Amino acid sequence: MGDQTWVVEGRDTFPKLLALNAQRFADRPACREKMLGIWKTHSWAEVHEETRALAMGLMELGLEPGERMAIVGTNRPPLYWSMVAAQMIGAIPVPVYHESVAEEMVFVLEHSEVTFIIAENQEQVDKIQSVADRLPNLRHVVYRDPRGLRKYDHTKLHSFTGVQDLGRQNASKHQDEMQRRIDAGAPNDTCVMLYTSGTTGNPKGVVLTNQNMIFAAKASVEFDGLKETDETLAYLPMAWVGDFVFSIGQSYWSGFCVSCPESPDTMMADLKEIGPTYFFAPPRIFENLLTSVMIRMEDAAPWMNRTFKKYIEFASKIGGDILDGKSVSAGDRFKYWLGDKLVFGPLKNSLGLSRVRLGYTAGEAIGPEIFAFYRSIGINLKQLYGQTEASVFVTIQPDGQVRDDTVGVAAPGVEIRIDDDGKVWYRSPGVFQEYYKEPEKTAETKDADGWVDTGDAGFIEEGSNHLRIIDRAKDVGKMADGSLFAPKFVENKLKFYPNILEAVLIGDGRDTCTAFINIDLGAVGSWAERNNVAYASYQELAAHPDVYDQMQGHVEEVNASLANDPMLSGCQIHRFLVLHKELDPDDGEMTRTRKVRRKTINERYAPLIEALYDGSDNVYAETEVTYEDGRKGSISATLEIRDAKTFDRTAQQTDKAA
Amino acid sequence: MNQAVQVPDSADTFVTPDGRTVGPVMMDIRNIVLRFGGVTAIKDVSFNIMKGEVRAIIGPNGAGKSSMINVINGFYHPQEGEIWFNGKKRPSMKPYEVAEQGIARTFQNIALFHGMSTLDNIMTGRQLKMKTGFFWQMLRYGKAIEEETEHRAVVEEIIDFLEIQHIRKAPVGSLPYGLRKRVELARALAMEPDLLLLDEPMAGMNVEEKEDMSRFIIDVNEQYGTTIALIEHDMGVVMDLADRVVVLDYGKLLADGTPDEVQSNQAVIDAYLGV
Repeated sequence: MGDQTWVVEGRDTFPKLLALNAQRFADRPACREKMLGIWKTHSWAEVHEETRALAMGLMELGLEPGERMAIVGTNRPPLYWSMVAAQMIGAIPVPVYHESVAEEMVFVLEHSEVTFIIAENQEQVDKIQSVADRLPNLRHVVYRDPRGLRKYDHTKLHSFTGVQDLGRQNASKHQDEMQRRIDAGAPNDTCVMLYTSGTTGNPKGVVLTNQNMIFAAKASVEFDGLKETDETLAYLPMAWVGDFVFSIGQSYWSGFCVSCPESPDTMMADLKEIGPTYFFAPPRIFENLLTSVMIRMEDAAPWMNRTFKKYIEFASKIGGDILDGKSVSAGDRFKYWLGDKLVFGPLKNSLGLSRVRLGYTAGEAIGPEIFAFYRSIGINLKQLYGQTEASVFVTIQPDGQVRDDTVGVAAPGVEIRIDDDGKVWYRSPGVFQEYYKEPEKTAETKDADGWVDTGDAGFIEEGSNHLRIIDRAKDVGKMADGSLFAPKFVENKLKFYPNILEAVLIGDGRDTCTAFINIDLGAVGSWAERNNVAYASYQELAAHPDVYDQMQGHVEEVNASLANDPMLSGCQIHRFLVLHKELDPDDGEMTRTRKVRRKTINERYAPLIEALYDGSDNVYAETEVTYEDGRKGSISATLEIRDAKTFDRTAQQTDKAA
Repeated sequence: MNQAVQVPDSADTFVTPDGRTVGPVMMDIRNIVLRFGGVTAIKDVSFNIMKGEVRAIIGPNGAGKSSMINVINGFYHPQEGEIWFNGKKRPSMKPYEVAEQGIARTFQNIALFHGMSTLDNIMTGRQLKMKTGFFWQMLRYGKAIEEETEHRAVVEEIIDFLEIQHIRKAPVGSLPYGLRKRVELARALAMEPDLLLLDEPMAGMNVEEKEDMSRFIIDVNEQYGTTIALIEHDMGVVMDLADRVVVLDYGKLLADGTPDEVQSNQAVIDAYLGV
């Protein structure tokens, strides 16, 4: 800890960096947003002025140093400005997942004792007002989009531009004091508080200092040579640490431009229009993109489809080598060049990835085929492994050492060690200070020397020093016969099939493994359309016998591949069912970052799990669902349960039912 | 047998429970009779629509609701009766003349141009407001392009308002039903109407879509001050949205009043709401 070598005078807080950027990049674009169909660009000088105006407005309303201010909404430049505005006056920004239902949101707002909230629109204001009686510290709410809010009581409610105007009018009163506070900003001051979604229990408030964030930004910008001419699209939740590091940290450090989509639904179209050079996406997004391409190719003219397949197949052989700078024959290079003109170039263009020179994926394991596909068509996609507690970076893949089965080597400034139980620990200048108001939990995770437990089980590969992650340490269990139970490993194998969205493996402490499967509505729906399969709802499609047959095929293929793995052959799936609803964060079945919450699922679907093990052919399920506005309803269905073939170690088929 | 509820039409204006002031009378429909050969679709119906209100027309199938909208809209011409609009008696008009007066509508079975994009469909709603001639529009030159830019700005406001940015360029034929309904509403709004007629805006929608649509209708009424007359079957929606309700049955006026009054009217319960 206390490692000050990363601190550069005058660049140790974000308000100071903003002032610097307003000088060095004055007229260069800092951020863009699409308003009424037109991209509007804000220069660094403008962002500086807007942010200062907001900060002074907040001072006029009485925001005090050390107080916490929540920010709730989708990615919008004004909301990013709000974070830095809070820092200018010494307050602490707390971004909150905007999709959270009021009940979830109130936990964070209550726990962090926010006094101010900047909300995006009426939807968020309504949520806040519905729980306002539980927030005694809350003094003011500021909204960005005035639509529908005109008739609300405005004694504690303010429009964003109204607060900025207030700041401008009272500039003479506040600017000296604000400047004093900006100058007084120190590396060890709290920069931001981020609530981790946590697969168990309530979210924890991770306290990160300026030094943590500046370290993460500086190290990663230097690692990949990001410059002010780069472009990126900010579309991932603002409450996620990665978004803070990418859209504020790296952008402020290197000066690159951050564009915000018009609405979450238009992200794909906006991606195409912006054409980022630096793009981060969880594996899910890359999967969706690829699935949509493959679906569209099915409908293309036969000669196009043939050309496409031919060149994609060719690229899968040498595309990766070309990207890694390995030697490739001139003939192949020419053929690849031709393929680029005919197929890869137009394909990248239609995905919006033409200009990407650096792409990252993290959060979950990415399917080897998907990963290889993007690299083969010339997109430099890499993996990184990180955590909120580490200010993102733990390991990262350097150019030329990119692989699908590891998460890379220790990031600059990070030390890694594996303990006797196989758990991964790390230490770096990015390590968080504490979990807010939870010293016991802090002590459980971080030891006295500053080492942090990732909670993941993994090992460092001999020779290459690459880290490989097996699974969440607490999820790795034992079957009744003592063999290893690693659910995520098996689930990922299933999820690599385009028509499977999610899978949940059950079997810890039992004799055999079973699974829940979620179909991917896009892929299966398109299959249904092409094959004239009529369906009225998700539920009906999921229960279709042909869909079940496909799933059974996938499960058996996975079983066959598991049979060859000496450690995991016990994890073969004996019985499975296709769930009648998508697992949903609104129902608490997943975290907001879409990680499966096993405990919740075990509780909610206990009757289904029981049926998987008692040999019945079907099971009646009634499940409570939560709608977007927080109201509850329920859906019911009778689900079929299928047996799948399992294989013994010599890969001979055995036809035993569980 | 049927006792019509007393309309608060003695007063020039009235204040709704949520505090909006409604009135004065914008459209007065007097003793309308509409016949198709031997069938009388509307039998001597009179009611009014006041400025700024949300007026619902309900009734069982075949009650004459859509016919009523078509009469207001100028598509059908009643054999008897008068329509007074903004204090003037309206002569027999063609639908486009009615539209020019500031009355826009949506249809029960969505009537959009399926091959055109959402944006182009909504732009057609601006057609009546275009001042440059057909020739210049065809050349898309000079004044025509300037004018198009202005209209596009209005349309973009509406796209933003109805949250359909993501389908701006999508051909309408490829959109799901709920979104098409929204595009149709957008096109009607593009006319910047004083009176908006919605023929079953929520038919065939699921709960979430209905909720969104209700929200939009309230927002349109609040933000643009548009007077709205709508036909709807979902009683929950009608009771939530409407300031006043007209009930038709077999072409006759059964009741007219606030949602509460109508709901407790015995004739309405017998004919429509069920026990």
